[in-house]
Amino acid sequence: MSELSDNAKKVIEDHLGRYPSKQAVTLPALHIVQEEKGCVSRKAIKEIADMLELSPAQINDTLSFYGFFRTEEDPLGKKRVWICRSLPCMLRGGEELLAELCERWGIQPGQTTPDGQVTLELAECLGACDGAPCMLVDDELSLCVTADDVERMVRG
Amino acid sequence: MSNEEFKPILLGRVGKPNSHTLSTYKADGGYEALAKALSMKNTEVIDLVKASGLRGRGGAGFPTGLKWTFLPKDVTGPIYLCVNGDESEPGTFNNRVLIEEDPHQVLEGIVISSFATRTTTAYFYLRYEYGRCYRVLKDAIDEMYDNNLLGKNILGSGYDLDVHLHRGACAYICGEETGLIESLEGKRAWPRIKPPFPAIEGAFRRPTVVNNVETLACIPHILNKGADWFMSMGIPKDPNNARDAGSYGPKLYCISGHVNKPGLVELPMGISARDLIDKHGGGVWKGRKAKAVVPGGISMGFMSEKELDTPLDFAGPGRVGCLGLGTAAVIVIDDHTSMIDVLYNACRFFAHESCGQCTPCREGTAWSTKILERIRQGHGKLSDIDVLLEISSSIGTIPGTTICGLADGAAWPMKTAINKFRPEFEEYIKSGRKSESKSLVGAH
Repeated sequence: MSELSDNAKKVIEDHLGRYPSKQAVTLPALHIVQEEKGCVSRKAIKEIADMLELSPAQINDTLSFYGFFRTEEDPLGKKRVWICRSLPCMLRGGEELLAELCERWGIQPGQTTPDGQVTLELAECLGACDGAPCMLVDDELSLCVTADDVERMVRG
Repeated sequence: MSNEEFKPILLGRVGKPNSHTLSTYKADGGYEALAKALSMKNTEVIDLVKASGLRGRGGAGFPTGLKWTFLPKDVTGPIYLCVNGDESEPGTFNNRVLIEEDPHQVLEGIVISSFATRTTTAYFYLRYEYGRCYRVLKDAIDEMYDNNLLGKNILGSGYDLDVHLHRGACAYICGEETGLIESLEGKRAWPRIKPPFPAIEGAFRRPTVVNNVETLACIPHILNKGADWFMSMGIPKDPNNARDAGSYGPKLYCISGHVNKPGLVELPMGISARDLIDKHGGGVWKGRKAKAVVPGGISMGFMSEKELDTPLDFAGPGRVGCLGLGTAAVIVIDDHTSMIDVLYNACRFFAHESCGQCTPCREGTAWSTKILERIRQGHGKLSDIDVLLEISSSIGTIPGTTICGLADGAAWPMKTAINKFRPEFEEYIKSGRKSESKSLVGAH
């Protein structure tokens, strides 16, 4: 059975016409697969490589460069929460917020809660320094958050 | 024009109801600049942008019109425009606001710039974290295709253009123009050795222009109001410095850190850091004083309190030992904050974001972070200070040891923090204190 969903295949095919090279569809393909499955499995890498006429090693080379993509050994929880720790957020409590969430959830940055609900990540500047400390839930920014806000938004 | 009388230009439509839609943008005169550009020769548009003195807003301040003239004249086949929306310099968020609030202003700038450079495909590289921007842009681009503002024969001019959105994957290095191109091509974002510059051989080995979002947002206004109008704002060229290209036009200043009112402010280029903080940032919070201020994203280094009267134009920060204006992202650090913790944060950022391609950057950023971590644990040695300074003068394109400028960005916070706050580093190391900051050690 195919690892890529029909939707993922369609998204990848739709992207092919946008670029003069098939390899340029690597990031869009990795994004759609991870969005659907919470990780990019080895089998998915192979199937993406076949669609883009590349070797799986080329896909993996790109995938592993960006700390963003997860393998099947280490899939994402239902929600992915990024807490910013760069200077503007650090100055307004970003590191304390991250430490507080680690303590409340009993996990370290990069890990997922045992119930599989939330993956906690540390982020470098999220581009919302006007609302420090800020966080990103999946791909939506929230400004000026407290640990209680985060709990309410992702576990409430 | 005084700063008090200045009315926002790039942020002029922010906060209006439905400012992101095509209908409100058109009602405010949107896409008139495009119609005007399409009635001109493409070289006339380039000449106008050159004459305006517009310099790139992404950090390097390279003259935009001049960049466009580097494209080969007699080229056949595709030319690409890459829009650099990978805004990730700590402290910087102006692209986010511009895109979320007024996407058509940016897109109109893209179409005009594409026409000027004879581009027929533009790639909008947007950092993944800006999900809302992505959805706003997607809708705006759909509206444009439906209204003959993109696609074939735009506004009956015979000019064709496609714009494609391309999402990044959380890597700072993709903001470096050749790192961006490699990432767009589906590879690891390793910056390329230059030359060849992108204008000769860029995306997909074709002539390519890479422009920042704020730069492109200026373009429709230059078309509408002219080069002289643009040059009526800002700081003129220094007549005694042949290499100074002046600092013209409006500029978005991001204010963050220890101020009462963090936010985005638009002013004519050249306000002093002190006025920016006091008059537009609500002053330093909790009645405290500023100890250090970052003039334009952390890669520019730090200004001390007594340097705050420096004008924030392209030349100002350089006169007080900083790398430059950068992205004009001003981060205020109050006098209750340890510069050791601040520098550790900056070094850790660059260690995390170094792409690993060049040894001086990969090792220099990692070791400076480790040394600062040891100092923060109370185990520092006084000789560490000079080791950090040595690292900072040995990495980067300015000593000529790396391919791209990321390592310069890592060096300047080190140089300026130590040169301007050395007694604090010495006192801290001698005391053997442990940092009270909650930074997670080694968390990667």
